[in-house]
Amino acid sequence: MSVKSESIQSKKDSGQDERLKKISPLRVLLNRPELGALGGSVLVFIFFGIVAGDTGMFSAYGTLNFLDVSANLGIIAIAAAMLMIGGEFDLSIGSMIGFAGICIAIPAIYWGWPLWTSIIFAFAMAVLIGYFNGIMVVKTGLPSFIVTLAMLFILRGATLAITRLITGRTQVPGLRVLIEDDPIAWLFATDTFQWLFTWLGSMKLIALRTDGTPLATGIPPSVIWFIALTLFATWILMKTRYGNWIFASGGDKVGATNVGVPVGRVKISLFIGTAVASTIFACIQVLDAGSADTMRGTLKELEAIAAAVVGGCLLTGGYGSAIGAALGAIIFGTVSMGIFYTDVDTDWFKVFLGAMMLIAVVFNNYIRKKVTETK
Amino acid sequence: MSEYLVQFNNISKFFGKVIALKDVTMKLKKGEIMCLLGDNGAGKSTLIKTLAGVHKPDEGEIIFEDKKIVFDSPRDALDIGIGTVYQDLALVSLMSVTRNFFMGREPQKGLPFFKTFDIEKANSIAAERMGQIGIDVRDPSQAVGTMSGGERQCLAISRAIYFGAKVLVLDEPTSALGVHQASMVLKYIVKAASQGLAVILITHNVHHAYPVGNSFTVLNRGKSMGTFQKKDISREKLLSMMAGGEELDKLEVELKEMDRIENN
Repeated sequence: MSVKSESIQSKKDSGQDERLKKISPLRVLLNRPELGALGGSVLVFIFFGIVAGDTGMFSAYGTLNFLDVSANLGIIAIAAAMLMIGGEFDLSIGSMIGFAGICIAIPAIYWGWPLWTSIIFAFAMAVLIGYFNGIMVVKTGLPSFIVTLAMLFILRGATLAITRLITGRTQVPGLRVLIEDDPIAWLFATDTFQWLFTWLGSMKLIALRTDGTPLATGIPPSVIWFIALTLFATWILMKTRYGNWIFASGGDKVGATNVGVPVGRVKISLFIGTAVASTIFACIQVLDAGSADTMRGTLKELEAIAAAVVGGCLLTGGYGSAIGAALGAIIFGTVSMGIFYTDVDTDWFKVFLGAMMLIAVVFNNYIRKKVTETK
Repeated sequence: MSEYLVQFNNISKFFGKVIALKDVTMKLKKGEIMCLLGDNGAGKSTLIKTLAGVHKPDEGEIIFEDKKIVFDSPRDALDIGIGTVYQDLALVSLMSVTRNFFMGREPQKGLPFFKTFDIEKANSIAAERMGQIGIDVRDPSQAVGTMSGGERQCLAISRAIYFGAKVLVLDEPTSALGVHQASMVLKYIVKAASQGLAVILITHNVHHAYPVGNSFTVLNRGKSMGTFQKKDISREKLLSMMAGGEELDKLEVELKEMDRIENN
């Protein structure tokens, strides 16, 4: 008895609430939505470390390769995750990528606009389309699944029709020459930390081409965007009032409205977010390839949602994290590239993707029950 | 200054041809608990939504602290100090106690454009407020889903009070609760009233209402059947009024009459 009261006394003295039970770090971790994705990515890296450790997958060049793929997916997965936490879906992400691509390419190539104006034009279109998606969902009360499915077809069809009408083809090449000296394009087309890679190359620490330049020239822009967006989204969700509104809007729309959360505005802004993220994706892809194609981004919306779900987002909204979605994207990107380094036929990638998603959903469901039902 | 904090005079609300409320009058003093009793379909929900600013009354006036008030939105009602706790409580079970407590009204700190949600301050206020009710919030970052029904109800009420409610409108706060949990909530309601709040307690459970209420308004088919002080009415009388007891009495008389005619 005396020992017990003493311990309570000492806690009081240290200024701590005696009712506050000490929570183990493990318990805190278990309460985080990204736990599953974290475990998954560790497993994936261990697996490829064993299976493909000596194949060059984890060389500077190989690493940047799978990071680039992960980062591209991650950019849209983070926006999709935030929208899912806000309680909605966007199935038009993939079509928006294709549409944004030609919004950049056609004005720049056929109408003679400077590249930077067509990039701004593409972002303006994205804001409009995202706003339209959002206002449709909010005003009609229809499921976002239906509204954005319609937008998936509308945008893809419009992309194809407009491109063929103006160019007579389905591809718009010739953008690469416009990138140089453009005031904005470098944001989406510059490898960073090139000096580091040149130095590493000169020290013979990374693989070189025959002409002596390093094989990996720098960190691709997608990775920088990916990291920046992950940090930005996490800051918003965890540290701002708007973040709390996102959780509230997705968790209980009616309740949130009753306590004064502007649910409609929150959702519309999140739809704009996914459209803008698709456009960032498109900018990077179009400037990297030097061309736009009407079929770009096909099925990307489903990959983005899959990454968000693996990252712990609930399909019903109100729960999830940006870091989780980022990890989900890293899992998919790593496996889709890593599979080339193994003896496994790459045809099996989609099987893995589906299986991973199922496991993640079951696991996350179980965790969520644990979080909310234990007393 | 009249003796009443808030008066709802002759409130009527129509939806097309349907008369949802007709001439409902309620007057509340500070520290008073008025129980609004009514069976299903009596117009309780419409009345709550009218008090909360969701519906605009088609007739009648709302007088708050001697000033006539017109609500254009629920926000207006909140701003002058009418705090409504709906049956669904407006709590998100996956979100933490703190995040729920401050939902929609998060304290902020920092520079403009870089303002952050002041979670430390929010945590300490939430823990302190819950502590005052005697609810053991072990960790204000725990999910609301881990709390009991009574605790959630108290959280929602405590939140309304913290954000400046002078009149509390409580929609069926005990309906989903067991005896023990219900008495915990009722105790808290009495405590809140003793601190000078006016409470409108909406319920169909006379057994919960009678011990705590100072006055009782019975609603039936959109009309008020009158407001009664506790000393003027018994629990049984209230119960029979609510259940349409008088109608049943009339029915009994009519049936007897029919019997008599047939037997003749």
